[in-house]
Amino acid sequence: MTRTGFVVANLFRKRTRTILTLLSVIMAFLLFGLLQSVNTVFSSGADFVGATRLFVQARVSFTTPLPRSMVPKLEAIPGVARVAYQQWFGGVWQTNTPLIMFALDPQRYHDVYAEWKMPEAQWQAFEQTRTGLIVGRQLANQHGWKLGQKIPISSNIWPQKNGSKAWEFDLVGIFDGKDEDWQKRTNLAFIQQDYFDEANQFGLKGRTNFFILKLAPGADAQAVSKTVDAMFENSPDETKTQTEKDFNISFVKQIGDIGLIVRWILFAVFFTLLLVVGNTMAQSVRERIPELAVLKTLGFSDGSVFGFVLAEAFALVLAGGLIGLALASLAGAMVEKATGGQFLLRLDASVWLLGVLAIVLMSLAVGLLPGLRARRLEIVDALAGR
Amino acid sequence: MSEPMVKVHNVTKVYERGKQKIEVLHGLTLEIPKGDFVALMGPSGSGKTTLLNLIGGLDKPTSGEITVGGNRIDQLGSGQLANWRAHNVGFVFQFYNLMPVLTAEGNVELPLLLTRLSAAQRRKNVAVALEVVGLGDRAKHKPRELSGGQEQRVAIARALVSDPQLLVCDEPTGDLDRKTADEILGLLQVLNREHGKTIVIVTHDPKAAEFARRTLHLEKGQLLEQAA
Repeated sequence: MTRTGFVVANLFRKRTRTILTLLSVIMAFLLFGLLQSVNTVFSSGADFVGATRLFVQARVSFTTPLPRSMVPKLEAIPGVARVAYQQWFGGVWQTNTPLIMFALDPQRYHDVYAEWKMPEAQWQAFEQTRTGLIVGRQLANQHGWKLGQKIPISSNIWPQKNGSKAWEFDLVGIFDGKDEDWQKRTNLAFIQQDYFDEANQFGLKGRTNFFILKLAPGADAQAVSKTVDAMFENSPDETKTQTEKDFNISFVKQIGDIGLIVRWILFAVFFTLLLVVGNTMAQSVRERIPELAVLKTLGFSDGSVFGFVLAEAFALVLAGGLIGLALASLAGAMVEKATGGQFLLRLDASVWLLGVLAIVLMSLAVGLLPGLRARRLEIVDALAGR
Repeated sequence: MSEPMVKVHNVTKVYERGKQKIEVLHGLTLEIPKGDFVALMGPSGSGKTTLLNLIGGLDKPTSGEITVGGNRIDQLGSGQLANWRAHNVGFVFQFYNLMPVLTAEGNVELPLLLTRLSAAQRRKNVAVALEVVGLGDRAKHKPRELSGGQEQRVAIARALVSDPQLLVCDEPTGDLDRKTADEILGLLQVLNREHGKTIVIVTHDPKAAEFARRTLHLEKGQLLEQAA
């Protein structure tokens, strides 16, 4: 037997209680890992390094459409090689399967996104077929769609001119990603902007949700971004230009201050955890006061007995914390896979570091008071049950 | 029996319970030679257990001197006293006070965690101690799987394992039936006679006291007589 063995043996003196407490620690750190990685993603500052594309949306919100007449002005900006645009369609497959679906100009989009791999003939078919639809491989496989098939899709935003929300498209292309990362994102569907303009009831013509600027090699992304926003400043269509990654993040940020939400949730989780584990530790020490007195009788110093109690708290929180963080990593990878790589919920080194710090602080918080109580025990009083 | 193992000189012990001060021992003086087996008897509240605790270094006197094995233990600090206990004295309690989460051998090994012995040496010493108390075949059993007598034997093995010269036992047979009590007392007698351990036991039981070499009677915190 070793001191570590003794600590572990004591930890499992009440097996059910310890397992339940361990589960609560695991759940807390699972949440911590996931939420903190969300927080890390959302709190990271704008990063233009290595950006090859910029997204231009209305300054107020990307739901406010911008005029497509801006295209020539954008293309005239030094550093901008090509401009594409996308309009959210709000497609729904069958009764309630939402699709990530946009109306766009096929040629422009093809020029801007070299990452999508599709036979040229299919790009041409998309361009030439007004009711044409192209989808990513993942989406096609998911619903068993084949080329040449007519795909009925309804839109929860845009009814057709006849009032019907049901649209019908011809599947003319299925695209793949250039690599594994991009392949994970092939859950998208695209239709022709011209057809959409012509057929939608609201007559939303000549406007779009956002522009995508493909930058020329060596272009300074940050400078281009500033130029674009300066160009439309004080106009009716003020813009906000950001990188693709920041655009995706701001999409989710619409629901509120993610950092604040995450912090409050984590505060509630850890406060509850503090009470649960703290109570377990306090109860555990209270139950074996005579045993702790015997340890001192045998010659273990006050510091050693304090160390035993603190080590128990540390072992409990460490085991639960590491399992929780590992599960969060696993869950993050699953979320990433399920969203086709759109939502990168990775536990990077900073999250693990924060996790370990939380483990240490939590161990101290729950182990300190019971440990001090054990340290202060007077042998004679404790043995006499006083 | 020559040089004293325990010298208690003019010891007073006062407990404070709230605003009340209770003087339990009043200037008590006592000598216990090496290799002696002493039974401390007396009515409840006479100070037997208090004296035993002072001799075992579990508590400190309010005044007076206590020397055990040549060490003035009344002058030691809390950490020094803990270290002294680990190497010089073994304890046996009425209710055994074993760790329920550990096996018999784990319980016996516990004091050895305070030594520099290797794991193999610790295991060897534990095996010897369990053999001495006749429980070599119960090493892997937890306290709840043992009878009261067997639990007390494990407690004695734990007290012996670091080879202290002094054993202090507080009512070691108080929770046992007559037959088992006699077995335990017989074992203590063997440890005293064959292994030269100095033993001090506190007991209410005159039959238990008969196993000791001599009996000391306490009343109201003072030594009454010394019987051979």
